[in-house]
Amino acid sequence: MDIFAKLTEVLADHTGRDASEFTMDTTLESLGIDSLETVEMVMELEEELDAELELDEKVATVGELVAFIEKKMAE
Amino acid sequence: MAELKGKVALVTGAGRGIGFAIADTMAREGADVVIFDLCPEEAGLAAAEQIAQAHGVKAAFYRCDVSSFDTVQETVKAVIKEFGGVDILVNNAGITRDKVLLAMSEQDWDMVLDINLKSMFNTIKACYRNFMKKKSGKIINISSVSGLMGNAAQANYTSAKAGVIGLTKTVARELASRGVNCNAIAPGTIRTPMTENMDQGALQALLSTVPMGKIGEPSDIAECAVFLASDKAKYITGEVIRVDGGIAM
Repeated sequence: MDIFAKLTEVLADHTGRDASEFTMDTTLESLGIDSLETVEMVMELEEELDAELELDEKVATVGELVAFIEKKMAE
Repeated sequence: MAELKGKVALVTGAGRGIGFAIADTMAREGADVVIFDLCPEEAGLAAAEQIAQAHGVKAAFYRCDVSSFDTVQETVKAVIKEFGGVDILVNNAGITRDKVLLAMSEQDWDMVLDINLKSMFNTIKACYRNFMKKKSGKIINISSVSGLMGNAAQANYTSAKAGVIGLTKTVARELASRGVNCNAIAPGTIRTPMTENMDQGALQALLSTVPMGKIGEPSDIAECAVFLASDKAKYITGEVIRVDGGIAM
């Protein structure tokens, strides 16, 4: 499953930007996404991916968030 | 009336005393209630049954040690599964182990901090995602005027109750934009099993310092909690309301 693609869809929804604008290095801060909104995005992805993804670590970039979700899904 | 119809209220330490009064009064206003307490199973079930019978709501008892992080996470999960979510969280569970600091053991300190303060971290964390998903919720933390004023022989209790106020304001700030209100109530001297067991001379001496000159009733706290849980208090967050007959003004 392409987690990056799923995440960029959610990011596009939250920021009003085009999904193609995001890279793995994009920082969430640069998009105006704070830690609480990150939790909200992860909760939306939980439903879409039908997985439990409790965000229990600090993530700064899109790439880190993708890595976190992939790690949780592998558990 | 029926200010809380359709809501689910989780009240910790609700097997008796102030917690029971809060659960009972919220049920009177139409809320389904969940009682968390460490009291014997029989007493907890009886409390839930009494509330359900009196108000025609759903009421359940979960024997839960709120100072245990893992237990709370698991038990709240079970509650959310059974009740479909939590709309109102009242953190009321508390104990005292009063001694002057010199005589206070590390265990006295840890136990009071764990049950009176850490428990609130545990329950709020367990309900956090539930509130964020709902984009609404009411968290009511029971502090104490002792947390505002300090009190000799209560270093552990006053520290915990002052900590509750810091926690309340932080959670209020974190979740304000998500439609969640978080407030605290600071009771003064209230008629509970705790005060009934006090030396009556000491109690009278204490009451002589209360401007209103009398003890408060659990219902005084319960009505304040219902107000904070209702839509009437929708623009109030991060507040500490004293219900104390004026003792800490």
